[in-house]
Amino acid sequence: MNYVWQWDFVWEILPRLIKHGVVITVELTTISVCIGTVIGLVVALLRISKYKPLQWLGAAYTDFFRGTPLLVQIMIIHYALPVVFNYTPVVWVSAIGALSINSGAYVAEIFRAGIQSIDKGQMEAGRSLGMTYGQAMRYIVLPQAFKISIPPLGNEFIALLKDSSLVMIIGLQELMGTSKLIVGRQPRVLETYLTAAVLYLIMTMSISRLVRYAERRLKAGDHS
Amino acid sequence: MIIVKNLSKSFGSLQVLKNITNHIKEQEVVVVIGPSGSGKSTFLRCLNFLESPTAGEIIIDGVSLTDKKTNINRVREEVGMVFQRFNLFPHMTALENVSLAPIKVRKMPKEEAMEVSRQLLKKVGLSDKADVFPAQLSGGQMQRVAIARALAMKPKVMLFDEPTSALDPEMVGEVLTVMKDLAKEGMTMVVVTHEMGFAREVGDRVLFMDEGSIVEEGAPDQIFSRPQNERTKAFLSKVL
Repeated sequence: MNYVWQWDFVWEILPRLIKHGVVITVELTTISVCIGTVIGLVVALLRISKYKPLQWLGAAYTDFFRGTPLLVQIMIIHYALPVVFNYTPVVWVSAIGALSINSGAYVAEIFRAGIQSIDKGQMEAGRSLGMTYGQAMRYIVLPQAFKISIPPLGNEFIALLKDSSLVMIIGLQELMGTSKLIVGRQPRVLETYLTAAVLYLIMTMSISRLVRYAERRLKAGDHS
Repeated sequence: MIIVKNLSKSFGSLQVLKNITNHIKEQEVVVVIGPSGSGKSTFLRCLNFLESPTAGEIIIDGVSLTDKKTNINRVREEVGMVFQRFNLFPHMTALENVSLAPIKVRKMPKEEAMEVSRQLLKKVGLSDKADVFPAQLSGGQMQRVAIARALAMKPKVMLFDEPTSALDPEMVGEVLTVMKDLAKEGMTMVVVTHEMGFAREVGDRVLFMDEGSIVEEGAPDQIFSRPQNERTKAFLSKVL
């Protein structure tokens, strides 16, 4: 235990970790969560469809992407698919693609649970007024299901933010990738990775604060 | 108005409706009574296809619901339904609940839909509750909003599925009053209820159902004072 902690080094790398690392990580995660939410909604609707083949398709999607490691999915998307389809992969695209597709599977399950928790009478009331299934879904069921889904969606956002560190394996310089790069040049391992850990912690705690705030706001105006 | 021919409905191996045939005329108020599990709610739900019949035919205003080519959504626009548990949309105000379908289904301009909806809320005595969410309403008020919501589509028929069964006793009256007014205006109504007073006073015809069949039917006076069937007698002796 004769390691001497150097605060100077922390202050030196901090701007870089924030400017290159945190910013990229936040961008990457936010974009992926947004795309993942859209994918999740579509897959959730497939899973609750009354047509069996669509149900199977949705189930296959969630089973595959929740049942295999994200790291493997990243490798497949960035290295394996380009070989099969013969194109040059772009790191950013592969990263966002893998994270979106993966989070889509988790979001699908969140939405499915949300939709199924809405009383059957809501859909029936909509249909009895002459609405199509799609209209009743859109105007009546989904707004309520979405509200219920906000806390678990927040958790998914946090999980994805942490998992986004995995994309450094394909060479993306997000927070973890940038840290690795710094360590490669100046081996102040402890300072670098602990700083990165604290930055991740600040980000995840900010998100959970944000979600709790959103939840409280919605509760304040709770009409159900 | 509504023609039902040999209607049957099974859930799996359980047959809940057996060969029901009936003809409900325009402006008629038909009250369906019977013990729980007799199939009355299922019968009512078949009339707007919330349950699809296993066999038989239903024709409303000349349109066969059982015809595969019929767009059921168009039929439902003309058939209002009021549920036992109200099923108001909790994320919308009373006014939004009432105006949603006219705007989205009838494609009515928003201003006009709002105006029509305000008038309907006034009609059910809830002008002052237009901007209130369902959670802040009493059961009786919720059910009146639900009636206004169904009326907003200007339906030709109204179906009521035990509209007062989920209400505290002191709120039953306000809902029945609205229904009586509706009947007076000439609305064609099919009402599943346990309110025998309402059946007697407002009903033009009473259907007594038991074990999936219409066992006896007739004018309220006849059914309540001189029931012919043993099962009708047994049921009425318990509820009257």
